[in-house]
Amino acid sequence: MRMHMLSYIDRATPIHQMTGAAKLICFILWSVIAMTTFDTRVLVFMLITGVIIFWVAKVRLSEISFVLSFILVFLLLNNLGIYIFAPRQGTTIYGTTHILVHLPGIFSLTCEQLFYQLNVSLKYFAVIPFALLFIVTTQPSEFAASLNRIGVSYRIAYAVSITLRYIPDVQRSYHEIAQAQQARGVDLSGKQKFGRRIRRASAIVIPLIISTLDRIEVVSNAMELRRFGKKKKRTWYHGRPFTRIDYLAVLFAGLLLILSLWLTLQRGSRYYNPFI
Amino acid sequence: MNKKVISFKQFSFKYRSQESPSLYDINLAINQGERILITGPSGSGKSTLGRCINGLIPNTFKGEIKGTLERMGGDAGDQRIPALSKKVGTVLQDTDAQFIGLTVGEDIAFALENDAVPQVEMKKTVAQAAKQVGMELFLDQSPHDLSGGQKQRVSMAGVLVDPVSILLFDEPLANLDPASGKATMHLIDRIQKETGVTVVIIEHRVEDVLAIGIDRIVLVADGKIVADAPPDQLLCSGVLEANGVREPLYLTALKRAGIPIVPELHPESLDHMRLDGAGAALLAWTHAAVSEKEHPLGQPILNVSHVNFHYEPDRPILEDVRFSVRKGERIALVGKNGAGKSTLTKLICGLEHPDSGTIYIGGGDISTQTIKERSEHIGLVMQNPNQMISQNMIFDEVAFGMRLRGSAEEEIKRRVYESLKICGLYPYRNWPVSALSFGQKKRVTIASILVLDPDLLILDEPTAGQDYRHYTEIMRFLESLSEKGMTLIMITHDMHLMLEYTERALVMADGRLIADQPPAELLSDADIASRANLKTTSLYHLAERVGFSSPPTFVKHFIQSEQGRRSCDENAHAQLH
Repeated sequence: MRMHMLSYIDRATPIHQMTGAAKLICFILWSVIAMTTFDTRVLVFMLITGVIIFWVAKVRLSEISFVLSFILVFLLLNNLGIYIFAPRQGTTIYGTTHILVHLPGIFSLTCEQLFYQLNVSLKYFAVIPFALLFIVTTQPSEFAASLNRIGVSYRIAYAVSITLRYIPDVQRSYHEIAQAQQARGVDLSGKQKFGRRIRRASAIVIPLIISTLDRIEVVSNAMELRRFGKKKKRTWYHGRPFTRIDYLAVLFAGLLLILSLWLTLQRGSRYYNPFI
Repeated sequence: MNKKVISFKQFSFKYRSQESPSLYDINLAINQGERILITGPSGSGKSTLGRCINGLIPNTFKGEIKGTLERMGGDAGDQRIPALSKKVGTVLQDTDAQFIGLTVGEDIAFALENDAVPQVEMKKTVAQAAKQVGMELFLDQSPHDLSGGQKQRVSMAGVLVDPVSILLFDEPLANLDPASGKATMHLIDRIQKETGVTVVIIEHRVEDVLAIGIDRIVLVADGKIVADAPPDQLLCSGVLEANGVREPLYLTALKRAGIPIVPELHPESLDHMRLDGAGAALLAWTHAAVSEKEHPLGQPILNVSHVNFHYEPDRPILEDVRFSVRKGERIALVGKNGAGKSTLTKLICGLEHPDSGTIYIGGGDISTQTIKERSEHIGLVMQNPNQMISQNMIFDEVAFGMRLRGSAEEEIKRRVYESLKICGLYPYRNWPVSALSFGQKKRVTIASILVLDPDLLILDEPTAGQDYRHYTEIMRFLESLSEKGMTLIMITHDMHLMLEYTERALVMADGRLIADQPPAELLSDADIASRANLKTTSLYHLAERVGFSSPPTFVKHFIQSEQGRRSCDENAHAQLH
């Protein structure tokens, strides 16, 4: 029955107590590091930190397993894609060739290619825990407040937050509509042919769209009647000032970024090379 | 006291998308501190009138305006919503959709946030407003944990953070159970007394609004103001019934007993009404013979036996529910929100499976049947037709279920036409669904279920949001289905519906079936009524006030006489055609 995926999960942990803005800044810094470096040591460190913080936030794997499996499938496809289109990328980058398995053409499997793709995957894994954590530990309205604080227009920030806010509602009405249609004889089980299933899905999607549109009209009237968008600025009921843990977290992410940049500059390359 | 806050003069309004004006020649003045009820049938223009008062017209809904409208002494043209909304606070009908914030506190704060009020001050104001409506202990709750009545209180607090001088309520009772509706009216009463604001209530349930004392009733029909008078006068004129709005039931009863209603009796409130001599007339009327309508019942067709169910461990939703239903019965399933009514219907339809216990339909255990197989026997009609309708054309929508079953097109055509005829929709068979009114859409959804020829029809709030005319139309239609042998289970908050159109009430509270008895008896049991958030009807109160020994008998007599009148009307109607 519970089918809230990727929505705020309320728990009393230090991660939940951090302000949304601090988490957002950390997440952005973290992504910048992961995007700019191929240094395996940094990436591994980020991965381990991510897992620890995940544990601290008391988020269960089962609560995010659906999204996680989705990401993993993409990661796999991405890896296959890289191998098919650029099987010699690793050798080009690291400058050596250690062949593990001989295959026809350019497709021989090399240590360098494996190592390169390991780094690509690590980059994903370094960011994923933070992205998921940010979503499940930040209240949508606080998220809007934090977007606004880092300079995003509050109208856009609120649009994002209200979308997140209504996801559970839409899920609920989806569930209701699906049940009503099933009670009418629409078979949603997997026993049907794909084409028919698509046609039947429209029996749910169309009422869902219509009732959602109805709802949007009511919400936008309700917002207008309470002066949303009147002023250039807006305050936030759930907005919170930075506390020590927020400063520490931002400081930590910032230092890591500096360290990573320093390593890159010193080496003159984004790649950590164990082959030379 | 006499300061005018709203003044319409020869005001007309036409929506840009419509051919003819929705409001014509409106002349209406509302003074500071008044309590006004605006009533009228669906589509009469009463909601449009509300939109003019709060400024959605002409700011959001564009159209053509003639005449003048002054709010707070200024002309309407130069009044934008931001400024106006500080003066006119609006509480909308849909308590769910207007809940914008993620917690009670945030929702109340919404207007203040938009005014960029500093946080410290905001929290103080929010706490104050929450206290005013009795929600101060819920500030951190999310809307999903609140009942409909509580959400409405939050909406009220959300407008009370401003120094409003008018509170506008758009159908505040539409989505509430009877007891919550009563509580809402008392809250409005209290806030009005404390703050002296002007209260404007748009509602077609006149009797429930009158309970708190109203200064004037404004009756709108076909875009015009038909009457604008104090309740005592208006109720005597019979103008409500003539325009498709239901008058208070106690007045109908008194009229039936031959007592003329005049302003001197103070018909506005049953508590203060003068009833000298009414007792004798009512008693005489009660003794007059009423032809009791025989309603033959058939074999048992549904048997629910010791059913238990839960979603989360230690939180049972249904506990040991058992009852059986015979063919042709008309049953009301009542109780407050969350009592387990809809879960029970889900179990019957096979959308959920009981933890223990069995459900038999037509003698066979259905636990092994799929939802689809059960749908041959049981039809489910949801409250909101927009949640069911998936096809563009009426014919296709009604045919949808049969097409899914792969019936032959000839057979489909025959049965769809038959079903459309029963539902009075045959003339519209080639129309798009979007051209229909809400009530007609509801009938389309009923037709789309009837076409599958179920033995049992379950309807969730069949008349929610309908005015008296459409309510009567839908209920008579269901009554006629029942006379043809259809078994009906109706989930409802409407006590009148239960009394007038069903013979049996199943009452749920906290997952248990706490009563199974005729509706008239149920409402005389104060204990069960309060446990299930029900409200006794004014007929009881009337019977008590004139000193009848057995109020339920009086209520039963009234219902039977009304049913008798209905079938007379129908016969006359049939002879005319």
